[in-house]
Amino acid sequence: MKARLQTWLIHATLLVAAAITMYPLAWMVTASLMPSGEAQSFPPRFWPSRITYSHYSDLFERLNMARYFGNSLLIASAVTLLSVFINSMAGYALAKLRFAGRDRLFRLLLAGLVIPAQVAMMPLFLLMKQLGLINTYWSVILPSAASIFGIFLIRQYALTIPDALLDAARVDGASEWRIYRSVVLPLLRPILVTLGVFTFMTTWNDFMWPLVALIDGDLRTLPVALAILSGEHVQDTELMMAGSVVTLLPVLLLFLLVQRYYVAGIIAGSVKE
Amino acid sequence: MRSLVKPGILFLTPAMLVLGMFFFAPIFAAFMLSLTDFDIYALADSNNARWVGWENYHQLLTEPRFWRALTNTFYFVGIGGPLTVILSLSTALLVSSRLTRFKSVWRTIFFAPVVTTLVAVAIVWRYLYHTRYGTLNYALAWFGIGPIDWLGDSHWAMFAIILLAVWKNFGYNMVIFVAGLQSIPDELFDAARIDGANAWHTLVNIKLPLLAPTFFFVGVTTMIGYFQLFAEPYVMTQGGPLFSTYSVVMFMYEEGFRWWRVGFASAIAFVLFAIILAATAVQVRLQRGTRA
Repeated sequence: MKARLQTWLIHATLLVAAAITMYPLAWMVTASLMPSGEAQSFPPRFWPSRITYSHYSDLFERLNMARYFGNSLLIASAVTLLSVFINSMAGYALAKLRFAGRDRLFRLLLAGLVIPAQVAMMPLFLLMKQLGLINTYWSVILPSAASIFGIFLIRQYALTIPDALLDAARVDGASEWRIYRSVVLPLLRPILVTLGVFTFMTTWNDFMWPLVALIDGDLRTLPVALAILSGEHVQDTELMMAGSVVTLLPVLLLFLLVQRYYVAGIIAGSVKE
Repeated sequence: MRSLVKPGILFLTPAMLVLGMFFFAPIFAAFMLSLTDFDIYALADSNNARWVGWENYHQLLTEPRFWRALTNTFYFVGIGGPLTVILSLSTALLVSSRLTRFKSVWRTIFFAPVVTTLVAVAIVWRYLYHTRYGTLNYALAWFGIGPIDWLGDSHWAMFAIILLAVWKNFGYNMVIFVAGLQSIPDELFDAARIDGANAWHTLVNIKLPLLAPTFFFVGVTTMIGYFQLFAEPYVMTQGGPLFSTYSVVMFMYEEGFRWWRVGFASAIAFVLFAIILAATAVQVRLQRGTRA
């Protein structure tokens, strides 16, 4: 009897909390389908009086949204591929290959985790300017091509690879590169997917550095373009909601598809060595 | 192919090049820059930059906008951080309760805001906060709470940003708490049940003490992230009204990338870094204290 009441209470609380959590996202979608002006009415509407896709066509036909979408997709994909490759080599080396100073290097990297990215931003801008890379995709791709978090994630996972397996391959005469490609990478696959998803989402959502480094309008990523658009179209609520949907739908869908890997990454990242 | 260099070093080289060139070297350079008056003229020709010692730091301490930004940021971290952690823990406890059904559905729902793009949801919330047409004031009116000008009133604006941040981030820590709860051995709960412990006793005497390391991790990461407050006020309030949501990173952004006072902005970044280090050290101390 008491347990039943408890069960009921828990589910009621969860239901209310879930409704509140989902409301902003749900309203974003319904408001993006309302005729102009309807999202600004009293009392506030949730359902559109009639469904219109005109704000979406506005975004893509008039406001260059396809270009921004393409920019984001290109940058996030390039960073994901590069950083998974580079971090996996480094993480594997730190876990399984012996050389002098390895553990000291690892500790130094870990210490770097507490440094906020903004500290490096000013000199990074000057460096990119010097290299002539400001206003190119490279200015956003290169600094993210390796990450301490990524190396850490791979290293922790690579520690579980049995040494005997690697030694057996060495006895067979395989080169270190070959071992990495044919033995290590397949074993690392789950964590590579995790890191890939994680990196893609972080890069897609990143705001401050792309805002600074991509000054030219045509190179903007979605979040930057959206922030600037929202300053110019404050009154067009429905249009802005459509822009928000376009910006976050890809990551939300990706998350729903690969949830398991993503959550695994967060938990792995939170476990102390 | 046999090479003279150890393979481990070869495998590390690309990562070290990237991190060295685009992270560690810039951090070192930032410190050097913070000791110069590097500005827009130096941007054209770096010979125009002069060595000024600690001058930027002195100037920072006498700049009212810096103190304003610092107070605001501490308010955001001090209220937003604990609120986020409490909500994370509460939902984690509910979601992982023995009695709860459809656990993964709840978890997915609470986690969804985490993966969303901050800029996009900040824009959505800006409309939900609308004094007249916003859903929040409409809902509050049911409880007889009068219309609040969330983003236009300097008393409420930072709190409004805190609410958005809590909504956006609690799911992240929730997942970590759920994992922490799952790692508690079932025998402990069985033993407690045999001893007649109720849900409250289990929470206070088993779950919370065993979650201490998780608390520490969640507390430190949330705090470090919150000290870097930028996109929310940038999109929702531009730091206003009356500088009430102006954050340290926003101050740095404006000085550095709007007025190109690169040396001064680097000093701001370093002060923020020092504050984050100090606050982390305090948490480490607290963590040791509870363990002893």
